[in-house]
Amino acid sequence: MSTLAKASAATAPGAGPAAPFDVERVRRDFPILDQEIHHGKHLVYLDNAATSQKPQVVMDALGRYYGADNANVHRGVHRLSERATEAYEGARRRIRQFLNAGEDREIVFVRGTTEAINLVAHGWGRRFFKAGDRVVVSEMEHHSNIVPWQMLRDELGIELAVIPMDDEGQLELEGLEELLTARTKLVSVVHVSNALGTVNPVERIVQLAHARGVPVLLDGAQAVPHIGVDVRALDADFYVFSGHKLFGPTGIGVLYGKAERLEAMQPYQGGGDMIRSVTFEKTTYNVIPYKFEAGTPHISGAIALGEAIEWFRALDLAGVEAHERALLELATRKLREVPGVRIIGTAREKLGVVSFVMEGVHPHDIGTVLDLEGVAIRTGHHCAQPVMQHFKVPATARASFALYNTASEIDALVAALAKVREVFC
Amino acid sequence: MSDLRDLYQEVILDHSKKPRNYRRMEDSCSRAEGFNPLCGDQLVLFVKVASGIIQDISFEGSGCAISKASASMMTGAVKGKTLEEADRVFEHFHKMVTGQPGDPFDAEILGKLAVFSGVCEFPARVKCASLAWHTLKAALKGEGQQVTTE
Ligand SMILES: Cc1ncc(COP(=O)(O)O)c(C=O)c1O
Repeated sequence: MSTLAKASAATAPGAGPAAPFDVERVRRDFPILDQEIHHGKHLVYLDNAATSQKPQVVMDALGRYYGADNANVHRGVHRLSERATEAYEGARRRIRQFLNAGEDREIVFVRGTTEAINLVAHGWGRRFFKAGDRVVVSEMEHHSNIVPWQMLRDELGIELAVIPMDDEGQLELEGLEELLTARTKLVSVVHVSNALGTVNPVERIVQLAHARGVPVLLDGAQAVPHIGVDVRALDADFYVFSGHKLFGPTGIGVLYGKAERLEAMQPYQGGGDMIRSVTFEKTTYNVIPYKFEAGTPHISGAIALGEAIEWFRALDLAGVEAHERALLELATRKLREVPGVRIIGTAREKLGVVSFVMEGVHPHDIGTVLDLEGVAIRTGHHCAQPVMQHFKVPATARASFALYNTASEIDALVAALAKVREVFC
Repeated sequence: MSDLRDLYQEVILDHSKKPRNYRRMEDSCSRAEGFNPLCGDQLVLFVKVASGIIQDISFEGSGCAISKASASMMTGAVKGKTLEEADRVFEHFHKMVTGQPGDPFDAEILGKLAVFSGVCEFPARVKCASLAWHTLKAALKGEGQQVTTE
């Protein structure tokens, strides 16, 4: 709860008090939302957990960069390269402020959540894990926080332990202390579940792990678009997210790591920018974060992500949070009233996601019917097959919300579900 | 525009709710599993072939309406056919569901399977419609294969 409370108090520094949150005004920043997707059907975009839409300022930032500032970073003596470098490093600073990290060098640009986790698995895991060591994940992880550790398991002989969840979709932390053996080298868990919407008690998890001297990685992909995150208050060792779910472009994401952790890690990829000096006998690596940013980075993406974050932080975040809570409550209440619908994931603390199944109708068919009504949702296993196995369903339908969604869009979802029943029941 | 009823025709809904030849076959001479990782469709297909003719065919599994109906109608369409005939039906079926809306198809060869002609307007559902057929191909090629639509 404490991170949520902090989010409510957060305002962008220097921006002054934000205007009260007004969803209609915010929607005007997202031109894509205003379109007919099928004949006579206006787009209702409820697939935000897959990727969010982008505000105009983000598209403008991409255009402006390529139109006026494009050059390689950290290399040129010329003015354009200086400008590109300033903008790129400026984006790093914005992200540092957004996460309330201590230093810019603790922010590493990566492609996204997946690459960030793989980077830690390689840079930390391969460096420090030995056969018999243990990594703890949870039962509700995205595949991107399972597979990299399994690959290490097969390579190094480490073991993977799993924090179980209950039938509401909440982690059972009672057993966590037993999982934290002397051989446990990392706890890597999701902050907010993309399949269920559960907000995990990550402060508590960090405390328990740190009490045993175990570092913690938090997958914040589904948290940062909804709540303010303070990595220092959380005391996370690593915090990772994707830009494209946070109103930014695809192909750019963030690994936050405490400086001493990043410094201890081995590089991920070798090449330009990540080195100090190279001879055929010996290479000295660059300092963090550059040690992990080999090759020409996604400069425009980083800059546009910085812009997305600035846009987000200028909003009345307490208002955003209240709006999103109201949406989730409304959606949950209305879906419960649809005959045959069962909500998957009923944790007390939830954000942004309603997963559900409908008796007698496969989620894939729900998705197609909804699409023809203009309502975009995701159906499938949401890259979280262990969650599906827990609830003994092959797949779910998932509506996921962003700050620009409205109560009338939830009405459209419910009306479209009536159509599903008409066809199948 | 693509309409709901183009895809979910009555015949398809009927087969998805009451799939034909939906049973295990203990004495099948070959079987194969089909899996569509995108939506979790899963089926096991059992086939009995003698003298180059599909004597019996059945399936079990779970999946969306399209994949279930397709499996159900496929079993009906190929039972009693020679392997070459079954292959030919598959070819025509595959062409129909991956073609452009309005493309001509051979109604004589496809028969009732023509109800799947609307699938081509729903690219995300093509794999659902063809899963059973790919699985049949695998079953006829050899024992115990697993096919996926990916
Ligand atoms: C919780 C969670 N973790 C990880 C990912 C992977 O993110 P990406 O595909 O952007 O690397 C996602 C997105 O699908 C997610 O929701």
